[in-house]
Amino acid sequence: MSLPAPPHKRVTAADGPTVTEPALVRWLLIAIALTFLILFLALPLVAVFSQAFEKGMAVYVAALTEADTLSSIKLTLLTAAVAVPLNLFFGVSAAWAIAKFSFPGKNLLTTLIDLPFSVSPVISGLIYVLVFGLQGWLGPWLQEHDIKIVFAVPGIILATIFVTFPFIARELIPLMEAQGRDEEEAAMVLGATGLQTFFRVTLPNIKWGIMYGVILCNARAMGEFGAVSVISGHIRGMTNTVPLHVEILYNEYNFTAAFAVASLLAFLALITLVIKTIAEWKVRATLS
Amino acid sequence: MKLFSKHTNVLPGFGPTLGFTIFYLCLIVLIPLSALVFKTAEISWQEFLEVVTDQRVLASYKVTFGAALVAAAINAVFGLLTAWVLVRYRFPGRKLIDALVDLPFALPTAVAGITLATIYSHNGWMGRLLEPLGIKVAFTPLGIMVAMIFIGLPFVVRTVQPVIEEIDSELEEAAACLEANRFQTLLRVIFPLLLPSLLTGFALSFARAVGEYGSIIFIAGNMPMISEITPLLIITKLEQFDYTGATAIATVMLLASFLMLLVINLLQKWSRKYAE
Repeated sequence: MSLPAPPHKRVTAADGPTVTEPALVRWLLIAIALTFLILFLALPLVAVFSQAFEKGMAVYVAALTEADTLSSIKLTLLTAAVAVPLNLFFGVSAAWAIAKFSFPGKNLLTTLIDLPFSVSPVISGLIYVLVFGLQGWLGPWLQEHDIKIVFAVPGIILATIFVTFPFIARELIPLMEAQGRDEEEAAMVLGATGLQTFFRVTLPNIKWGIMYGVILCNARAMGEFGAVSVISGHIRGMTNTVPLHVEILYNEYNFTAAFAVASLLAFLALITLVIKTIAEWKVRATLS
Repeated sequence: MKLFSKHTNVLPGFGPTLGFTIFYLCLIVLIPLSALVFKTAEISWQEFLEVVTDQRVLASYKVTFGAALVAAAINAVFGLLTAWVLVRYRFPGRKLIDALVDLPFALPTAVAGITLATIYSHNGWMGRLLEPLGIKVAFTPLGIMVAMIFIGLPFVVRTVQPVIEEIDSELEEAAACLEANRFQTLLRVIFPLLLPSLLTGFALSFARAVGEYGSIIFIAGNMPMISEITPLLIITKLEQFDYTGATAIATVMLLASFLMLLVINLLQKWSRKYAE
């Protein structure tokens, strides 16, 4: 998922017959690849919207404006509104320390930051149950002080922060490493303060990298299912995020409503892909 | 003379940013993850072995790792083909298809899950076509594989694609000048160059599939011993308040992910060395 480096010499079909396949082979390969992608990627995407609108606009709107749906949307927005800024602040400060300075243990630190990506979402939820649950480390103390984390909103937010933890940092670290520190050093030598240097020199250079990381972080924060499912307790109207609400509706055989709510998330995914593609072009442009 | 060595780095903020990074990392990731290890250490080795080698648990490893292996292999083949077609050939809609490859990263897993289950159920778009042929996908291990192919595909494409972009056309021209036919060039010159990244993509896709939960449970049917994946088994144990069981199985999964992470890191090092 990392940003590709700018290409130096691209080989394209225009380079002539020595470096490409015969036209027949080319079109055959394109046909096979497209068939595969349409079957596995495009078909599900079309199916979400087709199922959502199967019983007409009125049913669709009714499903989206139902009280439990609205409260799940509110909770999902709240979760993303807490998780994304925290991980943004972390991502920028981790990238600053790692990309602009050299210190022992840098590689280890970078590996540890990526850790949440290699942990199953189910385990991501489980570890917070183990820390904050009744049988866990802090459970008895939390119960004494009447603080609810597991099966409540704070738990959902914590699990979401965990699964989206690396997104922004891992986009910014290679980008800021590639940009080096010459520009910042020039600014400092010319008498700018640290904050001025960051906001006037660094930030304009990494803004599309930030955009890229934030949009992917947000998509995962709003769409996370496994980790949140473990810790939420599925209390309707209370600890139900949008993806969990989709599951509940689906399991109640309320398929049209389930797909109506799912279509919101599919729409979010499409917007994410558009912004991500634009950000990718812009980052390539700043690097080349 | 080097004006700015690392000892005279004039940039400020190293202490606070590194400090916050380590603090936040410990708080969010390391301490909660260590809870899993400590919780597992509470039970004896004997008990641990009993839980993690139970018949039903063993069957779930077989289903999970087996399906993930096949799905990653299919993704390696079609992901390589997709990356090649996207970089080398020009056809209408190429940019759209390129953006679509990332859909599984962006589409929430629960949405993918209910959609795949619907498409492949007996009266769904695909199920209707496949069932007369005697192929049942939904609610069988085959369905698990389909979901794993969906979520794993972009890992292969996005790992191999930049490497194909970087191939120097002179290599292929040289091979052609030395009278290699196109097939020989692809097999002997291009494929070895792509192999490290292809293996990395395969491993990433496999690792993701093994831990996946949301997109699988709707299509899997979740029958114990047949189509029950390990992450679901962890949740089932939790719901029965069997914290010890859930933790022990989760520890096995975590060790497996760390092992895969190690392999992936080695593969990435190898591909970087290869690229130079």
